Amino acid sequence: MSQQGYVATPPYSQSQPGIGLSPPHYGHYGDASHAASLPGMMKPVGNLGAAAPGVMVPPGPPLPGPHQLGPNAAHASGPSPQRFPGPPPVVSAAPTYAQYQPSTQSTYASPVSTSSVTHLGSQLSQLQVNSYGSGMAPPGQGPPCPPLAASFQGPPRPPQPPQPSILQPGSQVLPPPPTTLNGPSASPLSPPVHRQDGLPGPPPLSAQYQPPPPPGPVMGAGYPPQQQAANYGPQMAGAQLSYPGGFPGDAEQMAGPLPPQKKSDLDCIPSPIEVIENDRAIREGQVYATNTRGQVPPLVTTDCVIQDQGNASPRYIRCTTYCFPCTSDMAKQAQIPLAAVIKPFATIPSNETPLYLVNHGESGPVRCNRCKAYMCPFMQFIEGGRRYQCGFCNCVNDVPPFYFQHLDHIGRRLDHYEKPELSLGSYEFVATLDYCRKNKPPNPPAFIFMIDVSYSNIKNGLVKLICEELKTVLEKLPKEEQEETSAIRVGFITYNKVLHFFNVKSNLAQPQMMVVTDVAEVFVPLLDGFLVNYQESQSVIHNLLDQIPEMFADSNENETVFVPIIQAGMEALKAAECPGKLYIFHSSLPTAEAPGKLKNRDDKKLVNTDKEKILFQPQTNIYDSLAKDCVAHGCSVTVFLFPSQYVDVASLGLVPQLTGGTLYKYNHFQMHLDSQQFLSDLRNDIEKKIGFDAIMRVRTSTGFRATDFFGGVCMNNTTDVEMAAIDCDKAVTVEFKHDDRLSEDSGALIQCAVLYTTVGGQRRLRIHNLGLSCSSQLADLYKSCETDALINFFAKSAFKAVLHQPLKVIREILVNQTAHMLACYRKYCVTSTIARQLILPDSMKVLPLYMNCLLKNCVLLSRPEISIDERAYQRQLVMTMGVADSQLFFYPQLLPVHTLDVKSAALPAAVRCSESRLSEEGIFLLTNGLNTFLWLGVGSPPEAIQGIFNVPSFAHVNTDMTLLPEVGNPYSQQLRMIMNVIQEKWPYSMKLTIVKQREQPEMVFRQFLVEDKGLYGGSSYMDFLRCVHKEISQLLN
Amino acid sequence: MTTYLEFIQQNEERDGVRFSWNLWPSSRLEATRMVVPLACLLTPLKERPDLPPVQYEPVVCSRPTCKAVLNPLCQVDYQAKLWACNFCFQRNQFPPAYAGISEVNQPAELMAQFSTIEYVVQRGPQLPLIFLYVVDTCLEDDDLQALQESLQMSLSLLPPETLVGLITFGRMVQVHELSCEGISKSYVFRGTKDLTAKQIQDMLGLSKPAMPTQQTRPVQPQEQAFVSSRFLQPIHKIDMTFTDLLGELQRDPWPVTQGKRPLRSTGVALSIAVGLLEVTFPNTGARIMLFTGGPPTQGPGMVVGDELKVPIRSWHDIEKDNARFMKKAMKHYEMLANRTAANGHCIDIYACALDQTGLLEMKCCTNLTGGHMVMGDSFNTSLFKQTFQRIFSKDFNGDFRMAFGATLEVKTSRELKVAGAIGPCVSLNAKGSCVSENEIGVGGTSQWKICSLDPTSTLGIYFEVINQPSAPIPQGSRGAIQFVTQYQHSSTQKRIRVTTIARNWADVQSQLQLIEAAFDQEAAAVLMARLGVFRAESEEGPDVLRWLDRQLIRLCQKFGQYNKEDPTSFRLSDAFSLYPQFMFHLRRSPFLQVFNNSPDESSYYRHHFARQDLTQSLIMIQPILYSYSFHGPPEPVLLDSSSILADRILLMDTFFQIVIYLGETIAQWQKAGYQDMPEYENFKHLLQAPLDDAQEILQARFPMPRYVHTEHGGSQARFLLSKVNPSQTHNNLYPWGQETGAPILTDDVSLQVFMDHLKKLAVSSAC
Repeated sequence: MSQQGYVATPPYSQSQPGIGLSPPHYGHYGDASHAASLPGMMKPVGNLGAAAPGVMVPPGPPLPGPHQLGPNAAHASGPSPQRFPGPPPVVSAAPTYAQYQPSTQSTYASPVSTSSVTHLGSQLSQLQVNSYGSGMAPPGQGPPCPPLAASFQGPPRPPQPPQPSILQPGSQVLPPPPTTLNGPSASPLSPPVHRQDGLPGPPPLSAQYQPPPPPGPVMGAGYPPQQQAANYGPQMAGAQLSYPGGFPGDAEQMAGPLPPQKKSDLDCIPSPIEVIENDRAIREGQVYATNTRGQVPPLVTTDCVIQDQGNASPRYIRCTTYCFPCTSDMAKQAQIPLAAVIKPFATIPSNETPLYLVNHGESGPVRCNRCKAYMCPFMQFIEGGRRYQCGFCNCVNDVPPFYFQHLDHIGRRLDHYEKPELSLGSYEFVATLDYCRKNKPPNPPAFIFMIDVSYSNIKNGLVKLICEELKTVLEKLPKEEQEETSAIRVGFITYNKVLHFFNVKSNLAQPQMMVVTDVAEVFVPLLDGFLVNYQESQSVIHNLLDQIPEMFADSNENETVFVPIIQAGMEALKAAECPGKLYIFHSSLPTAEAPGKLKNRDDKKLVNTDKEKILFQPQTNIYDSLAKDCVAHGCSVTVFLFPSQYVDVASLGLVPQLTGGTLYKYNHFQMHLDSQQFLSDLRNDIEKKIGFDAIMRVRTSTGFRATDFFGGVCMNNTTDVEMAAIDCDKAVTVEFKHDDRLSEDSGALIQCAVLYTTVGGQRRLRIHNLGLSCSSQLADLYKSCETDALINFFAKSAFKAVLHQPLKVIREILVNQTAHMLACYRKYCVTSTIARQLILPDSMKVLPLYMNCLLKNCVLLSRPEISIDERAYQRQLVMTMGVADSQLFFYPQLLPVHTLDVKSAALPAAVRCSESRLSEEGIFLLTNGLNTFLWLGVGSPPEAIQGIFNVPSFAHVNTDMTLLPEVGNPYSQQLRMIMNVIQEKWPYSMKLTIVKQREQPEMVFRQFLVEDKGLYGGSSYMDFLRCVHKEISQLLN
Repeated sequence: MTTYLEFIQQNEERDGVRFSWNLWPSSRLEATRMVVPLACLLTPLKERPDLPPVQYEPVVCSRPTCKAVLNPLCQVDYQAKLWACNFCFQRNQFPPAYAGISEVNQPAELMAQFSTIEYVVQRGPQLPLIFLYVVDTCLEDDDLQALQESLQMSLSLLPPETLVGLITFGRMVQVHELSCEGISKSYVFRGTKDLTAKQIQDMLGLSKPAMPTQQTRPVQPQEQAFVSSRFLQPIHKIDMTFTDLLGELQRDPWPVTQGKRPLRSTGVALSIAVGLLEVTFPNTGARIMLFTGGPPTQGPGMVVGDELKVPIRSWHDIEKDNARFMKKAMKHYEMLANRTAANGHCIDIYACALDQTGLLEMKCCTNLTGGHMVMGDSFNTSLFKQTFQRIFSKDFNGDFRMAFGATLEVKTSRELKVAGAIGPCVSLNAKGSCVSENEIGVGGTSQWKICSLDPTSTLGIYFEVINQPSAPIPQGSRGAIQFVTQYQHSSTQKRIRVTTIARNWADVQSQLQLIEAAFDQEAAAVLMARLGVFRAESEEGPDVLRWLDRQLIRLCQKFGQYNKEDPTSFRLSDAFSLYPQFMFHLRRSPFLQVFNNSPDESSYYRHHFARQDLTQSLIMIQPILYSYSFHGPPEPVLLDSSSILADRILLMDTFFQIVIYLGETIAQWQKAGYQDMPEYENFKHLLQAPLDDAQEILQARFPMPRYVHTEHGGSQARFLLSKVNPSQTHNNLYPWGQETGAPILTDDVSLQVFMDHLKKLAVSSAC
């Protein structure tokens, strides 16, 4: 909570002006800008509301408190530790508050005013005003407990650390009760927790956060109206809080806080866990309707039901900010990237409505004559329904006769709710022949399986495994919902340094093998019988799959080719005139004499030089041109790599990346350990929703346009994003730039249209529409930011830049931009009496943390210890990630499982990724979307060990396993169930590694404790925060 | 040996040799004045049921430059056990095995009746025969089906140890691997890419000396020498697989759009076949059998593009230098043919299509390697089926009538040198003392390689007399020539056939009469025709005709009896009497006339003309015409329009066609159905007689002739009308005013006109 407080307060102060409290704030602020910021506050209000009774109070107090505390925290953290070594986190936070109150108060003045809870606000404000000239922090805490207030007052003087610490918890807790509004129910619970937890340390975090959650639900009930009316998501409000935790501007203060920081008190700096939990508390399980333009959606970590009411679900599109600055000057000032992360085929949970399919018959979808935008809710019907004005280019078009409909009294078509394209944010059109290649209806796609049958793959049994698995997997080829069997045809190729095609035509008694040895200029040797319907040719295919492992059993060929097989697959699809996907099972560096031949260039000497970027580029141009060819022919490539040494992922992975495929990598594949992971990846990949031969076009309303695209895309001009295929896990990040001024009235509209071929061979258009608001106030912009999307954008743009710029430069740019964004906020959106205070917008509370995680990612970290293949792999991986994936990837989820409640299905509350959160008696589960670690403290309770592993003690645990044994006790079942739940959300099957504390493998695990100082470099969260603060201070000066 | 006719016939039967002159002019100058060169038609493997091969090796002259084989013409000193080489006069010791030799105990090679003798060499590995089928799959289904059956049939005719292989082609080229079980495997090549031999071998995985897949089977030591290729396997091992493989052959699956020819990669397919055999079985008997149903349309060796609107080149195009692909294609196939020949393999081409298939371009593949060229309309015809079956016919010993990898060496006595050879052979570039500087045909060598031979394969070999008048040859002495043919018998034995002949020298001045009498006008006509056809391959048609005319006129001037400037006085002796007539028909023949023939047909006709023996060649030059009537037994009649009578049935044999022609009346009778009436049974017999005779010819001939049954006024009667001497045409019919024969609507000169003109020129002193 303290963190929230920090973060939350500032925003409140700004945004809340609208609410009753505002007046006082205004008074405080004096600045018009502040006033403007107030509206944003509304959200915070929501939070507060959520926190409600119990919380409500806390927010109130926190607001003031936090502000104060924030700054204090930073400062205090230093001192606090000394005094409260044991429970540093909680305690520290408290003390800091106390100490810094003075400084913070000023900042919080606004927050206070903003506090959404008007009642509280008013009370607080009064209190504050009364008690303090500034009335800032004290008021919040003040109301609850005068003593606290006093103590706070005291804090102005740095020297009083102990008190503040105590006070804080107290203050937070106390406030709730007092708050008349929500207080009662929630407060009772939270307060005690706070106090108790506060002292212990780790718990404090949760404790702090917890309070808000309960309010969440409550809020939902009580406050929703207010929230909505006032502003959007309550969370936002909370999030909007400037970062009160700001480091004091004074040198003295700085000095003070810093030392304490070193002692690492995480609790005094914004916690992602808290942010996530807060949002969950408020929104989890609720219905989120997309009816309002510029509404900031729940965080990706929050489960809620999305209801399409005119804007695309955040599952499809997430923006870095939901409020665009009106002018490019503003945009430049803030330097907040304007971008959208679009995942057009995102999986929709079963309790949400799938996309409607609109069929306009031969006339095809209705489109604006000028800009070609598709009919959507942004089209304004006029002249009694005879014409409509395009929301994107403002062109007035005639309504085609077949589409005419009368308007009702508010100018809406009578069939508004009958036509998805008029009332929904996302829907699909059936495409006409005009939208097909060569004006011919497309053929259903084909899957071609290409198996590397070189010596090593045969020897380690991989070929046999693949062949066996294919028999099962082929039964589950994706199909149209209404169809009984899949229309997808399949083909098979094996290869080492030559290619073997197989004729598996259904009327053959046995498959025929055709060897193509001309790899320099590869071609497809057969037409008929290569791509077949699985059901029809089942027996021949099984015959083939049975034979393949034996056929090459005597082969001692070690060399392989790579480019020729992709060319072959592409040629095959070309010849069959269908789009499709290649599944390549490959294991070695392609050294055979053929196009795309690679040499080993794993040169550690290049690391950390200007030439390092070369390592991320493919060795030859052919990979790039091949990828373009593939895209041109709708050929997507997915590669399963089983490297035992350097394989040059930078080269091999390029084609999969650019063709909308996926690169799976299993280092040192061992049959008994890794086959499960591989097989489930294979199954998922084959079964997942996918569109082929796609072209995406992002249209925008006048004033801005899409300028840059990141992801698995190929562009032959500046507007058409061509993708060989796009599946439910692939996202494209689009950056926007201003062309002109945007108007607050019309807002900023985005229409993303994807023309694609379904697995059944139908041509369709998928349309996603999203309206964003526009504002000429910077505060609005900051208020509507989405840190997770921002990080996604930063990661992709940085990882793209890796190919062209030295890493050092990229890292500097990232740090600078972070500082700039925050400095801009500090400068224009916050009135602070203490110039050097670090104040974060509520929406960016954890931006520095996430940014630091990004900077610490091995891609951007020039360290020779990390294999270049792994870095290239992660680089390519991130390029196609959606927001949820990147969030987890950069900030792993760490769950204490020793506290597992066997009776509850809920996941245990996550803890921050820091070593300080681990305990010797604990067992922790860490996941980042790629890996799962089960960390066992040396003092793990034997019952837990017994429960999970069915062995008597810690020492007996065999870490050489990738699956937990199926033990029949509830604890084990619960743990495995949790792991399954986590796994289901992510596209990659995660390999489980069992890590024992103080054993060698722990080193790997520790890399994922991203708040700590990195094993291979990379600063700790705290250090980075200080660094950013310094930058900001410099900028401000 | 009463007459020269008998002498010639005997010699032909015994030695398979016919000389243009059976008395040899004794000096160079005189020889050149004889107009017709001293030359012979040699049938190296003429069937000799009466000649069992001897089971030992020949004794050769020890002089390294000579190495002539001991023969009946050698002087033998039975006491000293010495023999003198009759070519170089080297005295040689008999080998130890001949210790018991004496006048009464002569080895066969010394007996006069063994002027031709065959030795069996027991040394060296005996390799099985190899048949590599190269099959075009761009065929109509019927055709493909028929071809499959023929191929499967051929398997049953081959000895079980024969190695077979299969390459199929269409848009791509597939080399089928035969050693794998459970799955049929083939190597596929792009049909458009010219590959070097090295590349092909690398791609087929043949470049490594020891294949991992090599099977270890208990074999004789000599059989270990060859790499058992995955692509060539003995029939007994893969009989079923191979039959299935052939049975499963599918039409080339690549779509052929309207207005296009299928893409056919013949050039690459052949190239791969050659490369495959080159590396696996060099210098052993192997046949590449190419079955194609159309022209190569892509890749190296393409003859025409795939656009149907662009027709395949005609003679007209070639004259206009308008045949885009011809030169390049010919170069490609020539290169292949030379490589094949160097490896001792041969290429057969079986081209069955209604349109041309590019035989013109591909002809060297067969011509240089001794392979067969068969042209038909469809694989689904008896013409193809029976022709193909006949390839596997067996001789009296039950062996195939084919031999492989032969080298023919010619040794001459000092007064003679060998100038060249014309036939299905390539030069081995063996220079030596008996090689003339003047080349006739393929010259500059005394040895030729004939990669494939059958008992009728015949070469024209041309000699030059080099004796100068200043060094007269002693009266009564003889010149000798020895032909040594080493070959791989179809039973895989290595054999050497040695033919040694001798002829008397004669002084032209004093013995012209004798020499005239010893003239073999049939052989001479064929030998001159071969020269003419050989020239026609490289020269313009009219030039060749002019050359032939000049030679004829010179011959007539030399040997005719006439008064100057008096055509009516011109007479030729019996020995020359038919020669002008042969030349007349030769001039009209498809070998020299390209009019009305496609380039492919010309190539086809020339191919066969350059290899058939004398009798067949003569039939080709001057077709035979038999007449059947109620007036008497069947009789040969003049190949003349006057022979075409209403109440006759004619049977014409042009070698390539057998035409049965019913005269007008006969045809009417037949229509009236008289043959079915018991009282006209004799008519039925009359109708049947030529059919039976035709059947007899059909049975014996390779390739099977086109069988045409027609009647007066029938459209197919053109086959007959185009061959006969147009003695009656629309120009001269009425003046004659009588109803004999049928007028031919042509402006061609008749034999009469030709002869008149010849006489005029012969007696003219102007030339």
